[in-house]
Amino acid sequence: MESQAFQKVYTKLTNITKATVTLKADGVGYDEIATVHGRLAQVVKIMGNDITLQIFEGTEGIPTNAEVSFLGRPPQLKVSDELAGRFFNAFGEPIDGGPEIQGEVRDIGSPSVNPVRRKQPSNLIATGIAGIDLNNSLVSGQKIPFFADPDQPYNQVMAMVALRAKTDKIILGGMGLTNDDYLYFKNVFDNAGALDRIISFVNTTENPPVERLLVPDMALTAAEYFAVDKNESVLVLLTDMTLFADALSIVSNRMDQIPSKDSMPGSLYSDLARIYEKAVQFPSGGSITIIAVTTLSGGDITHAIPDNTGYITEGQLFLRRDSEIGKVIVDPFRSLSRLKQLVVGKQTREDHPQVMNSAIRLYADAANARTKLENGFDLTDYDERTLKFAREYSDRLLAIDVNVDTDTMLDISWELFGKYFNKAEVAIRENLVKKYWKN
Amino acid sequence: MARENKTTGKVAGIVANLVIVEVDGPVGQNEICFITLKEERLMAEVIKVVGKHAYVQVFESTRGLKAGSLVEFQGHLLEVTLGPGILSRNYDGLQNDLDKMEGVFLKRGEYTDPLNREKLWPFKPLAKPGDTLAAGDWLAEVDENDMPHKIMVPFKLTGRYTLKSIVPEGVYTVDHKIAVITDSEGNDTELTMVQKWPVKLAIRAYKEKPRPFKLLETGVRCMDTLNPITEGGTGFIPGPFGTGKTVLQHAISKQAEADIVIIAACGERANEVVEVFTEFPELDDPRTGKKLIERTIIIANTSNMPVAAREASVYTAMTIAEYYRAMGLKVLLMADSTSRWAQALREMSNRLEELPGPDAFPMDLSAIISNFYSRAGFVYLNNGETGSITFIGTVSPAGGNLKEPVTESTRKAARCFYGLNQGRADSKRYPAIDPIDSYSKYLEYPEVQAYLEKNVSEKWLGDVLKAKDILLRGKEAMEQINILGDDGVPITFHERFWKSELIDFVILQQDAFDKIDSSSPMKRQQYMLAKVLEVADASFSFGHFEDVSSFFKTVINQFKQMNYSEFKSEGFERYENELDSIIKERLN
Repeated sequence: MESQAFQKVYTKLTNITKATVTLKADGVGYDEIATVHGRLAQVVKIMGNDITLQIFEGTEGIPTNAEVSFLGRPPQLKVSDELAGRFFNAFGEPIDGGPEIQGEVRDIGSPSVNPVRRKQPSNLIATGIAGIDLNNSLVSGQKIPFFADPDQPYNQVMAMVALRAKTDKIILGGMGLTNDDYLYFKNVFDNAGALDRIISFVNTTENPPVERLLVPDMALTAAEYFAVDKNESVLVLLTDMTLFADALSIVSNRMDQIPSKDSMPGSLYSDLARIYEKAVQFPSGGSITIIAVTTLSGGDITHAIPDNTGYITEGQLFLRRDSEIGKVIVDPFRSLSRLKQLVVGKQTREDHPQVMNSAIRLYADAANARTKLENGFDLTDYDERTLKFAREYSDRLLAIDVNVDTDTMLDISWELFGKYFNKAEVAIRENLVKKYWKN
Repeated sequence: MARENKTTGKVAGIVANLVIVEVDGPVGQNEICFITLKEERLMAEVIKVVGKHAYVQVFESTRGLKAGSLVEFQGHLLEVTLGPGILSRNYDGLQNDLDKMEGVFLKRGEYTDPLNREKLWPFKPLAKPGDTLAAGDWLAEVDENDMPHKIMVPFKLTGRYTLKSIVPEGVYTVDHKIAVITDSEGNDTELTMVQKWPVKLAIRAYKEKPRPFKLLETGVRCMDTLNPITEGGTGFIPGPFGTGKTVLQHAISKQAEADIVIIAACGERANEVVEVFTEFPELDDPRTGKKLIERTIIIANTSNMPVAAREASVYTAMTIAEYYRAMGLKVLLMADSTSRWAQALREMSNRLEELPGPDAFPMDLSAIISNFYSRAGFVYLNNGETGSITFIGTVSPAGGNLKEPVTESTRKAARCFYGLNQGRADSKRYPAIDPIDSYSKYLEYPEVQAYLEKNVSEKWLGDVLKAKDILLRGKEAMEQINILGDDGVPITFHERFWKSELIDFVILQQDAFDKIDSSSPMKRQQYMLAKVLEVADASFSFGHFEDVSSFFKTVINQFKQMNYSEFKSEGFERYENELDSIIKERLN
């Protein structure tokens, strides 16, 4: 760690908990970082000259006479083009054996963008996955998480989206990644020959959990460098934000804060919003798009973490295993992209909005028919047709292994409409039906 | 709270945005102070005093702040600046003009003037020397975006005054001394076009506040037709995420029949505010032909902006609304979302280590919310003119559970409930307002009923109640069908269910992204409801239950094409004629 001329070393801790230490010191600034017994720490409370520090690696083995020195600055990252292609830990130190980065020093967790200086997101990000492009189109400057159970292939889908999306830089913020997943990302990016546009900040399960709290800010500080200084389009992948929130609750618990819903700190919404709101489209052309992962426990989206996330992000993507076709699909009911209105029918074909809505409505009718079937009732002719439609729709469009362009997705939808339904059942505006209906 | 010498203090403790200040003199609850941090000055508000320690919530990040920093108390509460030039501005929660800030990122400690001090306003006196005046009385009028902006006797003044002099018609800046008034003891007060008012206190410069009775048209059918809100009424829209709260709010703010629309984006997504910034300057106000932005004020405290300013933002918005109401204007105030405001209260209460109420919210949450909603309303001003603030807040219930404290507390305060239903949203039945659970208490007001009878039609209320009955009966029929199976119930059950679907698809569902369907004027709503009820009243003959659904699907499709067509246009009438013949064939 660097040292400064005026630095004073303290050696008397008055309190030690599992995550924090307290000592008497003067002239310390809030949020400032310090080293305690060689470990990085941050000021979280000042009461007169009692300073409470949060130790990122935990306090195991720290004695009351540990050496404490304050660095007089918040956590920082050196930014430059040298970041590209590199792997770092939560403190922004290289973990790939490469040299230190030379560059400009920036404080992490910088201020928000003035809302009047933002531009409305309007560039479609095509992924080739119809469950996303057809029903939940992504837009640059958007923030959207995958809501997934831990056993679902969210990291794979995310890596696929990242590689297909045409962006200048991809920044991976890994929090509590298993070493296997970390290596998976590394391999996939390497094999795609995309390593030179990827930057990774990784906290694996082998690292202490509280360290994770720094990962999103590190990743986003790097993202802001490329988006603001270099006018690049940057895609930030954050996985897994549930583990980030868990780390928040550990810290607030150790600081004796009153927990609110699901033992989460009362400030969870603000803490998550501060990160996700870094997604932005700048008028100068640069943009930051965030795709995150929030793992659920047993699909429960009413838990405080997915719930607060849902209110912050611009939609969410659900993965579900469709047992009828034996594939993982993007669930059309529960998935939503709030920004799709900005591009569907505008950057895509005119019939896109209505086709998307009608197909989902018919798919919902199929779900009702299935319920009827399960309850032992007879199916009507219409019910039978919706079931056949749903199966084919699921297989040819919703499955995550689909990779076609949006016009093809729309053509397939019209083909299925014509195959299974009459025009009144599809209920699309007449001029579009005239133009696109297939028999 | 004004004092001769400013109270000062020193920072003694810091926990996130809660700072404890050791003070050397008197301080007031909710007093504003500035904390010095190098060359920056951070604004803060006193929220608790214990002995010589004042607990202040800082409206900015406290990063780098040290114990011992100097604090200066200002001797007043958090105030907004009121005067011509507020319309079409974009403010943050503390009324800083966001457009005047430099750079892409918000800078800590940067406070900008909410008004334009150089602009010359065309000024026309309304009062003449010798007139007796009180707080809120109109002195003069300036033209603000074609809106008659009244210059009023400052709300802070008490008692009666005599107008001594007023400048003649002409153009002046807001700071020009435009009038002198004299109190009963002969002391003169010079007035400009600008006044200040503390946001947490209600402006009460009106004669009386009757029960609201006039319908406020929003163009949203499932509100106007089924559960109307009144001018000066209050309503709230709770809904889980993804059920279309924001789209609905934007639709209302675009279409509602109001003179002034104030949008308080409180702890919500920045891109949603950007949508307003981008679209409103392009959209025409259907009533004036001018651009929507000209009647709109935006208070933006997005979710990543400091939490304490989030709490202030709703009060700032309400105070500006009260200012325009005092000019005799119809103001619509939309706050999205009041849950974020409640969460801001919770965060501070938590840092103050107060004993928590349900879900860790402060115990007085319910009182705070009721008090805020009570500031809306329809008023008769002292000069007999009327003004109103219609307030619609959204609520983001945690986990979609309507039994959580913010929803429960709001339910007690607001008179209209527009509950968004996850099931409806999942099946893309937008707006997802639940037709059965939602209500408007105003429909029960005799004065509202009389107004509807006179201004819409004599049988309107009866029709509306009938439509509600059909929806309810349809729901019951559907439950029976689900239990007993399609052929386990008489065909009339299917007919009943499909008649409710007809109302659902034609009246309730509305395409917010379609140019024509997005806004439905009252005349059109009345026509369509009558037409739909004609079908619902008819008795048809069906041989088999499958005929029922296919018949009604055809009917619904025909109605939908009508909804997508210009009212009474050739296309509209063609669809209507086709519809009539389809129906005729089936009639008994």
